[in-house]
Amino acid sequence: MLKNILNLGDAALYCDFGKEVSKEINYNVIKYFKNIRDKQIEGITNITPSYNKLIISFDLNYTNFKSVKTKIENLELKDFTNIQGKSVNIPICCDDSFALDIKRLEKKLNITKDKIYEKFFSKEYYCYMTGFIAGHPFLGDTDKKLRVKRLETPRVKIPKGSVGITEQFCNIYSFESPGGWNIIGNTPLNIFDKSNELKPNLINPGDTVKFNQITIEEYKEKNKK
Amino acid sequence: MNHFRVIRSGINTTFQDLGRKNLYHMGIPFSGAMDNRNYILANAIAGNKEDKPVIEFAFQGPLLKFKGKKINFNITGNVNFNIIKNKNKIEGECYKNYILEDGDELDILSTNKSVYGYLAISGNFDVNYNWDSCSINTKAKIGANNGNKLEKDQLINILNSHSLNSKRKLKYINSKIENIRVIKGTNFNYFSEQGKKIFFDKKFTVTKLSDRMGMRLEGHKIENIEDTNIKSEGIIKGVIQVPADGNPIIMLSDHGTIGGYPKIGVVISADYDKLVQLPPGSKIKFKEIELSEAEMLFKLYKMETQNLVLQIQ
Repeated sequence: MLKNILNLGDAALYCDFGKEVSKEINYNVIKYFKNIRDKQIEGITNITPSYNKLIISFDLNYTNFKSVKTKIENLELKDFTNIQGKSVNIPICCDDSFALDIKRLEKKLNITKDKIYEKFFSKEYYCYMTGFIAGHPFLGDTDKKLRVKRLETPRVKIPKGSVGITEQFCNIYSFESPGGWNIIGNTPLNIFDKSNELKPNLINPGDTVKFNQITIEEYKEKNKK
Repeated sequence: MNHFRVIRSGINTTFQDLGRKNLYHMGIPFSGAMDNRNYILANAIAGNKEDKPVIEFAFQGPLLKFKGKKINFNITGNVNFNIIKNKNKIEGECYKNYILEDGDELDILSTNKSVYGYLAISGNFDVNYNWDSCSINTKAKIGANNGNKLEKDQLINILNSHSLNSKRKLKYINSKIENIRVIKGTNFNYFSEQGKKIFFDKKFTVTKLSDRMGMRLEGHKIENIEDTNIKSEGIIKGVIQVPADGNPIIMLSDHGTIGGYPKIGVVISADYDKLVQLPPGSKIKFKEIELSEAEMLFKLYKMETQNLVLQIQ
């Protein structure tokens, strides 16, 4: 049972699953997300899972904090054994024209570009959540040697498809957006497709992502489609 | 077909409706009309169902030329506009239906001491929908008009226009408020005693860096003594975040679905419409209230809106 449910303003519940960021805690968040979604509780307008929190917002025209809280606390949980999602392959081109921060990272991390890519491409990444902008996945965890902070001054525009790293996470900018992650490459794939309303996002929470490196020629070929 | 031609697009002119639900987990914001009451009143005066698309404009509105069989329109908010018939200018009043005939122009000059205004017609704008809403989100390129603001020279087609009682109107004046009521946020204790005191005692100024995504404030810095970042988590409209520079930012209808800055407070639902109408340069003073009071105030807000709809004659 979920304890310590707080209110976030007058139209949302704030559920805390623990301080840490781990797969185990995130599984639990996603399990609750799926269970609550399947219940279709009246008045709930959004359920937002993140690393270790679940925010449930509702429409005050139809319900209120106390009523939704009681329903969530008394929720009978079905165990979703298939929370582990699908596996997705993402091609990335790391040509210097795309890897906006690679030189900076070589200095900051004090390892060569080749080593950075070797470490980055050797791991599989887990999708903790999607959001901020549409389709944008938060993936982790990166190799301990690749962990850096965000840019001190975020970029005003990061090109669509850019792949970035910060702390133990990596991401893909689903479309052009401001942002402060360290950009190491670019994918020709569409991460967000608004014409596919049932499944607009290529990567969803619980999915596993494997990146593979492609050449600029392969990138151009794929980008044509 | 009945249509408007956009002669001047205005600053930020979009189609909006009630917004889209259950998509935050994919990163898709709620969107929808910023000032919900004025959106509802616009459709009600036009004789439309309450979820019909309207044109929302900010500061300066569009100049539109109408072609076709006559229709009614009305404008809500606090807006200066003219109707131009055969070179005769008629000064318009908000909350009142007017007739538009072939060749007439509607010149929405400006919002007066406010930000957003709404144009509703007795008919349907011919727009495309994404996830059951036409609301334009220009960042994600979602909604009507391929997710873009209205542009000069484009056509806006009108379907199923019904000309109705052009006398329908409402007496209503938007009151401007300075006090915005908030509930303490989940990271309230991240801030120093001094910072908390400043938040509730001092006045903040709305800056020009405000749009449908967020409203940036300045005037007094709020000191964080815990951590200027939190693990990124879901946010909702009305959340007041304080990033490392100490200046509060209020999340508005097109906000990113995930945020990583501490939340000092959340604007109550009943005050949201008034909040979004505060133009740059306005002063804001936050007042703390309890959840139960906020819920009561929302009931009152809802009743007032319903009463206004009933007063339309």
